[in-house]
Amino acid sequence: MYKYDEYDHSIVAARVEEFRDQVNRRLAGQITEDQFKPLRLMNGLYLQLHAYMLRVAVPYGTLDSRQMHMLAHIARKYDRGYGHFTTRQNIQYNWIKLADAPDILADLATVEMHAIQTSGNCIRNISSDQYAGAAADELTDPRPWAELLRQWSSFHPEFSYLPRKFKIAVIAADEDRAAMRLHDIGLQVVERGGQHGVAVYVGGGMGRTPMVAPLIKDFVPFEDFLSYMEACLRVYNRYGRRDNIYKARIKILVHEIGADKYRDEVEAEFAEVKKLDLDPPRAEFDRIAAYFAPPPYETGLSDAIDRGDPDFAVWLDQNVAAHKAPGYAIVNISLKPVGGIPGDASADQIDVMADLARDYSFDELRVTHAQNIVLPHVRKADLPAIWQKLADAGLAEANLDLISDIIACPGLDYCSLANARSIPVAQKIAQRFSDLGRQRELGELKLKISGCINACGHHHAGHIGILGVDRKGTENYQLLLGGSGAEDVSLGTITGPGFSEDGIVDAVEKATDVYLRERAEGERFLDTYRRVGMAPFKEAIYG
Amino acid sequence: MGDPLRFRADEPHDEPAVTLDAFLGQSNATAVRIESGEDARALLPHLDRIALVEVSFPKFRDGRGYSSARILREAGYAGELRAQGDVLVDQIPLMRRCGFDSFAPEAPVDEAVLAAALARYDHHYQRAADPAVPVWKLRHG
Amino acid sequence: MRILTGNDLVTGDVTWWTGSGWSRHVEDAADVGDQGEAIAQAEEGARRVNAPYVIDAAETADGPRPAHIKDRIRALGPTVRPDLTLKPADPNAGSWVI
Repeated sequence: MYKYDEYDHSIVAARVEEFRDQVNRRLAGQITEDQFKPLRLMNGLYLQLHAYMLRVAVPYGTLDSRQMHMLAHIARKYDRGYGHFTTRQNIQYNWIKLADAPDILADLATVEMHAIQTSGNCIRNISSDQYAGAAADELTDPRPWAELLRQWSSFHPEFSYLPRKFKIAVIAADEDRAAMRLHDIGLQVVERGGQHGVAVYVGGGMGRTPMVAPLIKDFVPFEDFLSYMEACLRVYNRYGRRDNIYKARIKILVHEIGADKYRDEVEAEFAEVKKLDLDPPRAEFDRIAAYFAPPPYETGLSDAIDRGDPDFAVWLDQNVAAHKAPGYAIVNISLKPVGGIPGDASADQIDVMADLARDYSFDELRVTHAQNIVLPHVRKADLPAIWQKLADAGLAEANLDLISDIIACPGLDYCSLANARSIPVAQKIAQRFSDLGRQRELGELKLKISGCINACGHHHAGHIGILGVDRKGTENYQLLLGGSGAEDVSLGTITGPGFSEDGIVDAVEKATDVYLRERAEGERFLDTYRRVGMAPFKEAIYG
Repeated sequence: MGDPLRFRADEPHDEPAVTLDAFLGQSNATAVRIESGEDARALLPHLDRIALVEVSFPKFRDGRGYSSARILREAGYAGELRAQGDVLVDQIPLMRRCGFDSFAPEAPVDEAVLAAALARYDHHYQRAADPAVPVWKLRHG
Repeated sequence: MRILTGNDLVTGDVTWWTGSGWSRHVEDAADVGDQGEAIAQAEEGARRVNAPYVIDAAETADGPRPAHIKDRIRALGPTVRPDLTLKPADPNAGSWVI
């Protein structure tokens, strides 16, 4: 894991004091809410329905146990005993007092954490593959590239007042576990002539105008990486629309002028900025990459696992993924218990996960964009013990990628932008399909729920997506089918008229019935939908 | 509005700034004002005769002027570069890094707050248009 | 009736204008008539409230009830965490919210 040096510490400490000063000026009436709002947002502090909400950055989703324990400490000391893990691999707290926010940031800084740029019209926390460094299928660990971006984007003087927020994801495997092409910039580390560089996709996103990012450059070597990013952002900062907040994301710019024109603009700008010595030397990449060196795996370990306990065997098959080192595995901890709140974890559960990471996973955890937690490097021999401890803490739900592993935004229960509640819909669907055998029969089925058109719950990218809307003051839910945030990326299509809260649960069940009836051997729900099209689903749902 | 806050040793330039169109259309003007949507690169052929560029910030959320400033400095412009309009004290440190050395905020700025803000960060991650040495350069020489 | 709501500047708590001050309880909300905007501006200027706004509400035997679901949820707390609402001990406290 990356460790701060004196410079990183100095910058984060200065940020804590800067924000303390800004909060004090707000409380003393020296700045208005209109002036304070962008300042607090750039530190992840929102005013939500019930209180202030603080979003803490988890850079590229990677944490150690000390950091995870700190998240539990903050939940207990400053909040109401829990936190919510988000689709951008961050954590947010729902009951924060403005006056406490600077102290929270100071506590976070002691474990090399912060809330820098977790909101606002700036470059947000860099997200990545939750299996980075552990996946059997990756070219290399993408996180050194993500850390380079973290540093480059932090307090970037030119790009702190962009037309709109800006999200970047970095992956290094062909299997996309980070919805890479649904980001403002999606990067895939690729190899050419023995060198690693990035393929650059620009202009993806969800929200009210979902778009899949087109490829802008197939290979940018490390030596040009940050200059190229600088050029991509400068073109956006200069030409992105500022007349309409709903058209201000870079996807609209790329769409309106076209990918070719955008590429030409970036190339021209790159030719200018490349003269400026913006790119760090290879030694800086190597310095950062050394922190992400593989942990000291034991060799000669057995791959055998005792499957004696049937509940353990189900969890093993569903939640454990292949690791690149012999004798090791990747454990997914589901934060989606049936009837629970997707992504929420109590302070006690956070502590349990931290201790498991310390004891069994080389002190590492990951947050996933599906709002789960990963222990990336565990010995297969330890799996039964880990499972037992997870089960004791209510964390052994064996539903990874099944219909109850739902992504849901906080919705109208917490969020001031929402039009409808998301969590109760997720709970009702999970309860309807609570039989795990039935869920496993349905197989991989990514269900994603947003409580408004901003699409924080990724409904466009769900095999089944649900969008909550406000219909004359009443919650109403639209159903979408056929989306994917993975390497087979696609945007879902709305089935037709919306439903009540109970009606949407019935409609989901009817869609799964069509799948069970129509599926061919080996097909997932998404595959069947793509083959048979919308018609049979529509007929079953509305017929 | 009082005198601009200046971070330059030379004397203030007292010729009023003309619009970009006026500047390009004629003139021997030596001070020019560019609006946030205007292309700073239009000035590049004329930099040697310009003493003051005033960049307009109609709203503090409109960040186009930060790019305008860097483009001018990157092209070698050494004259006064002034941020004018809805310029907030918390933005001035970022503007300084983009090359602004003069500020004419619509609302008065608390000078003690500004002084503290400008002194706050000892280090910066990225190279910009100011003399600050980026952290990666400090790490590797 | 029209009532005025916002969040406490320091704590972020949901608050309701009572006619003379701010209360956490919507039951205490006063009809502001056409004075809501003026009160909001003065109270925000005095930093006794953040982001105030005027809403429609119904007068009931139990007190004012906001017209829109969003403000009813604000009034009590998240529907999915009754333990975190203003009335955690009362299982029927949310019967009017949804």
